[in-house]
Order: sequence, then C-alpha cells, then structure tokens
Amino acid sequence: MTTTIAPPPSPAPPQELGEGELVEVRRSTGAIRRSDTFGILGSAIAAVSLSAWLMTQLLIFQGILPFIGFAYVFFVLFYGIVTRFDESGMAVRDRLVAVLVHSLAILLFIALGAVVIFTFVKGYSAFWHLNFFTADMSAAGPLDPLTDGGILHAIAGTLIMITMALAISIPLGLATAVYLSEFPGRYARLVRTVVEAMTALPSIVAGLFIYATVILTLGVPRSGFAASLAITVMMLPIIIRSSDVVLRLVPAGLKEASQALGSNRWRTVWNVTLPTARSGLTTAIILGTARGIGETSPVLLTAGLTSFFNFNPFSGPMVSLPLATFSFVKSPEPNYIARGFGSAAVLMLLVLVLFIIARLIGGRGPGVLTAGQLRRRLQQSRQDDYRIRARELGMFATTPQSVRPRRRRTPGGDS
Amino acid sequence: MSGDLLVDQPRTLTTKHDRSDVPFRLGTRSASFVVLGIMSLAGVFLLLQGGQALGADGPKFLTTQAWDPNSGVFGIAAVLLGTIFVALTAIVIAVPLATGTALYISEYAPRQIRQTLITLVDLMAAVPSVVYGLWGLFLLQPGIQNVSPGIVDVSQFLATWFGWIPIFHVDGFDPSDPLTTKTIFTASTFVAGIVVAMMVAPIICSIMREVFTQAPLGEREGALALGATRWGMIRSVVLPFGRAGMIGGTMLGLGRALGETIAVYLIISPIFTIQPHILQSGANSISALIALRYSEASPFEISALMAAGLALFIMTLIVNFGASIIISRSRSGASSD
Repeated sequence: MTTTIAPPPSPAPPQELGEGELVEVRRSTGAIRRSDTFGILGSAIAAVSLSAWLMTQLLIFQGILPFIGFAYVFFVLFYGIVTRFDESGMAVRDRLVAVLVHSLAILLFIALGAVVIFTFVKGYSAFWHLNFFTADMSAAGPLDPLTDGGILHAIAGTLIMITMALAISIPLGLATAVYLSEFPGRYARLVRTVVEAMTALPSIVAGLFIYATVILTLGVPRSGFAASLAITVMMLPIIIRSSDVVLRLVPAGLKEASQALGSNRWRTVWNVTLPTARSGLTTAIILGTARGIGETSPVLLTAGLTSFFNFNPFSGPMVSLPLATFSFVKSPEPNYIARGFGSAAVLMLLVLVLFIIARLIGGRGPGVLTAGQLRRRLQQSRQDDYRIRARELGMFATTPQSVRPRRRRTPGGDS
Repeated sequence: MSGDLLVDQPRTLTTKHDRSDVPFRLGTRSASFVVLGIMSLAGVFLLLQGGQALGADGPKFLTTQAWDPNSGVFGIAAVLLGTIFVALTAIVIAVPLATGTALYISEYAPRQIRQTLITLVDLMAAVPSVVYGLWGLFLLQPGIQNVSPGIVDVSQFLATWFGWIPIFHVDGFDPSDPLTTKTIFTASTFVAGIVVAMMVAPIICSIMREVFTQAPLGEREGALALGATRWGMIRSVVLPFGRAGMIGGTMLGLGRALGETIAVYLIISPIFTIQPHILQSGANSISALIALRYSEASPFEISALMAAGLALFIMTLIVNFGASIIISRSRSGASSD
C-alpha cells in the first residue's frame, strides 16, 4: 500500500543468459506484505463482530445503515491501532487516509451505480413490451396494463426538438466560436464574456424567458418549436464556450504555415483550423446535445404536455423524454411509474450512446489523426509528390497507376 | 549628438484583408452578433420584466417570505434561503465524496481501471437530472412504494443525537416517543440536498481529478524521494497544486446546485416560510417556485417570477465568475480552460 521502512522483498537474482549477458528482472514495487493483509482482514472481522454484538445483544442501535456506520468507525479505529503496533505515526496516518479515500470513492461509485441500476430495474417491466417503443399514450388510460401505450410520442418529440435546436445552435455556435478565435478584439472579448455569463443561466430561467417572450408576448402556442428555442438558449453558450476552447488549442504554427503558403484567412480556417479541431468540436456539440436532451425544466415551461403523437413542431403541444418521465412519475399508478422509469432508461441510453460517440470521436487531441485519415493523407501527399516530380521531369501530369510504397530518389531534384 | 539621432519608432502594423475574407468576416461577425443579441435579450428581458415587479415591491422583495403577487404580498426571502440551504447541503455532502473519488482516481487506483473510472464519472456528469430526481423520489423517501433503505433513519438519528444543533432540530419530534412518525423527515431540505449532491458530485469530481493529475511529476517524485508517504506526497504536492481547482470545481458545482429544478421539485413539499431545520419536511427553492407557479400565473406574477429568476441568475453568475477567476489565476488552471 505505501512506501515505508518495509524491508524490500529480496529481488530475484538476475538470470544469466548465454554469453554472460545480464537481464534485469523487473521488481514489483507494490510490496503488499502479509501483515498488511492480515491487519485489514482482522480489523474488518473485529469491527463487524463488535457492531453485531452491540446491535443484537446490547440493542444500542437498529437497522442496516447504522450497522454499516458503526462497523466502519470501528474498522478505522482497529486498523489504526493494529498498524500502530509496528509502524510509525506517519505511516498510520497514511494508512488511515488511504482507507478514507478508498471508502469515499467506493461510496460514490455505489451511489452512482445505484442511480443507474435502480432506473433500469424499475423500468424493466415497461421496457420489456415492444409497444412501449411503437405506441403513444393516446389509447392508454391510467389503469391500462403495460401492454397498452408507449412513449413513441416522447421519443419522437425529443428527437424533433433536439434536431431543431441543433439546426439553430450548430451554425450559430460554430460561426461565433470561429469569430472569437479568428478576430480577437474588444468586441470579441465582450461576446466571450456575455457567453460565459450565460452558461450560468439556470435552465428554468431560460425556459421562463422563452415562455414570457415567445409564448406570452408573441402569442406562439406552446409547441415543440418553442421548446427547441428554449433548449437552444441553454445549449448555445455551452457549445460556443467549449468550441472556443478547442479552437484556441489549434497550434498557431499550423495556421501560420497555411497563411505563409499564401492562403487567406477563410481558406486557413476551412482547410486547417476546422479539420484540425474537428474531433474536439464534435465532442463539444455532442456534450451540449446530451445536456440539451436531458433538460426537463425548459421543456416543461414551453412544450406543453400531450399523450398524443405529434409530428408537427409548430402546432400543438409536444412531449420530450425527460418531460414524459416527469409527468409519468407524478401519477400514483404503478404502471405509470413503471413507464416513467422506462422513459428515464431510454433517455439514459440515448445519452450513453451520444457519450460513447463523443468519446470515440473526441478521444484524440487536435491534429491527431485516425489510422484511416493518416493513410488517406499519405496517399494524397504521394500523389502530389508524383505529380510535382512528373512536371519537373517534363512529363505530363498523370495520376499514378500504382503508388509504390518506397520510391527511389529521382535525380531531377539536385542536378 | 545632434537632432538627427535615429530613434526606433514603433511601426503601425496594418492588416490588409484579402477580398474573399470580407464575406467570411462579415458572416462570422453577424453570427456572433445574433448570439450576442439573443444572450443580451435574455438578460435585458429578465431585467425589464423582473424590474416591473421589483419596482412595485421595492426592498420588501428581499425580506417577505410569502408568495402571493396578485395581492401584492410577495418576496423571495423564503425561497432564496431555501435554495441556498439545499445547495449548501448538497455541497457539504458532495465535496468530500468528490475529493475522495478524485484522489482515488488520480493517486490510488490501479492503472488498468483508471481510464474506465474517469469515463464513468464523466458519464455520470452527463446523466439527466430527472433521473437523479427519480432516484431520490423513490429510493430515499419511504412510504411511497415502501422501499426504505433508511435515509430517513439517518435523519432520525441526526435529529435524535444532534437535535441540539439548531439546523438539525426538528419541530414536534420527540426521540423518547416510540410512536413518532417518520413522515416529518420526508420531503426535507436534507433529502433534496442528498439528491442534488449525487448530481453535482461527478461534475466536481471530474474537475478535481483533472487538476490533481496535472500536479507535476517531478515534485511528486521529489516528495517521495525525500521519504514522504503517499499521503505526505498528496498533502505537500497534489493538494496545494490543485487547491484553486478544488475551489473552482466546488463553486461550479454550487452553481449547478443552485439552479437545479426538477430533482428538487420532485422531492420537496413546498412551503413559504424560512425553514432552517434541514431535516424537517418542507423546503423550497427559486427554480421549484418557478416550475410550480408559472402555468396559472397572471402577467404580474410572471414578472414577479422573472424577478425571482433574476435573483437566482445573479447568484449563479457571481458563483460561476468567481469560479472561473479562481481557476484561471491558479497555477494549475494556467494551462487548462
């Protein structure tokens, strides 16, 4: 566990090879000694036994949660004492902190795992029926079994809303981010500050803003369109901010090289900056999308609520998955609650898929290429090379029949 | 020595734009203009609309607890403090968890599972808040659905043993009365705080982990070479290096916790008095108030809700800007965002 004055495990003797060549064997630096394991196990057993005795014999406390709490406290206590037998105070502190850090991490991961597993377990009964994905709730009453009705309207609503929100926020957001990084100045700084401020806008306030302007003032009825506007107001600053960061990470040398070759700003951005930052930009957009898909409160204020399938975002209310979840679980009917958990599970799967895509695309830094991109780029530059050499030799520029993996030096270059 | 001494004058540098750059510049500039327009419209609209109610109410807006705009008696004293109580409870629970997990991932975890854990935490940060709300609604609260793993027991334990601390006091709870009902502990600030803590812990953890892993390797090895234990190394190198990141991450989490709507709305039973007893049933927050009241609101009440939203926005704004200033001034934040 730690590095203390432990006697080092005797290193394996270097093995002799054929001609007296010494090969060093890698030594394990982990060095968990037997007494460490015994200390942990013994303290754990003692702690569990003592708290069990306190609970069942002395009846000091009841319930599983206090039991775990008491057992944990005793464990820390015993482990400290046991370690103190043969270590210094510094080592004891180190061990106790290690125990604390491990248990905090385990606690958080258990709690987060519980969130996910609980949702899937509770939604399982609704998830199981195919009609959950192919029907809407128009024909299903509150008491109908799970074989009737589904959340197709919510899935469609989510997809329509997020598509419309992305159709507005991607061009606007990317263009603004490009502007911020390409034309710095006082105005750009102002825009950046305002955008940064707007990332703090609580989603419910974004919803309230659209509700008060678009719905109450302009008289647009509650609809998918209004909801997508609210999502846009929320997503736009997130996308701009992270795209701005990604664009600033593009090496200046690349851009300068492009400009030194005579291309103007526009060609530089289009051919160098954006392709270099592509993976980062995609990640920014996808993470913004995941955030936008999961927001309930702006949609709650602006989309209205319906149980019907509605494909038209401009008229009639529309439901999204989080909103459907929210309205399902407010009902006391067990079937509705199961449907609510089912929709939450679908929503989580959607976010998970988006997240995995973002990881796959965005795992690389700016300018790092995939194998396929590298191959294509290599091919391209070979063709260019071939063309240039062919012109130097006075031949006609033709595309090569086959690109040889390794060309011999042509004498034309330095004569 | 005469006047014709050659002095280097700074040249004025002029950029000559290519002709085809003009539409590019114009296009991106107008996009940024639209964005600026939308963003400032939201801010200005909030200010104007909220100003109407603020003007009618005056300073009473900050001190009144009741919420009845149509009869002119309204204020955000109760909901504002409720928001702060929920957010602070969440932060007090989330920060130790997030710090421990971030330290575990960056310092203790075996190399093989480290990347998986990082991905897991980042993924949990992206899980929609309504999912956390569901979890809180059905897992933490007994009575509904009869699943009771005993968070309410924790509330009862705290109230029994620490009831003398004012915030843990619960009105009408007598530990010596065996027939006392547990429902006075449900729908409380504490339960809402736990759920929001689960929501913001991955966000805080992910920022802290980022900062901790940036702690310079040379200094770590230096500490270990001087004979420090692992905890000694963490205390003398990792934590001082990441302190600003820890504060910044905590404040970002606080900003999210303040603005959280649905998870809180699902759990609390709204009340309109200041409720400093966090274990007791009944709580409120500004965002829950908006979600509760917007639909049947008169135009004036909408404006009052706007004013409440404005107060919330100003609060999150201060917290977020504070966070970004702290992060950017720190040693660890110099290279990152």
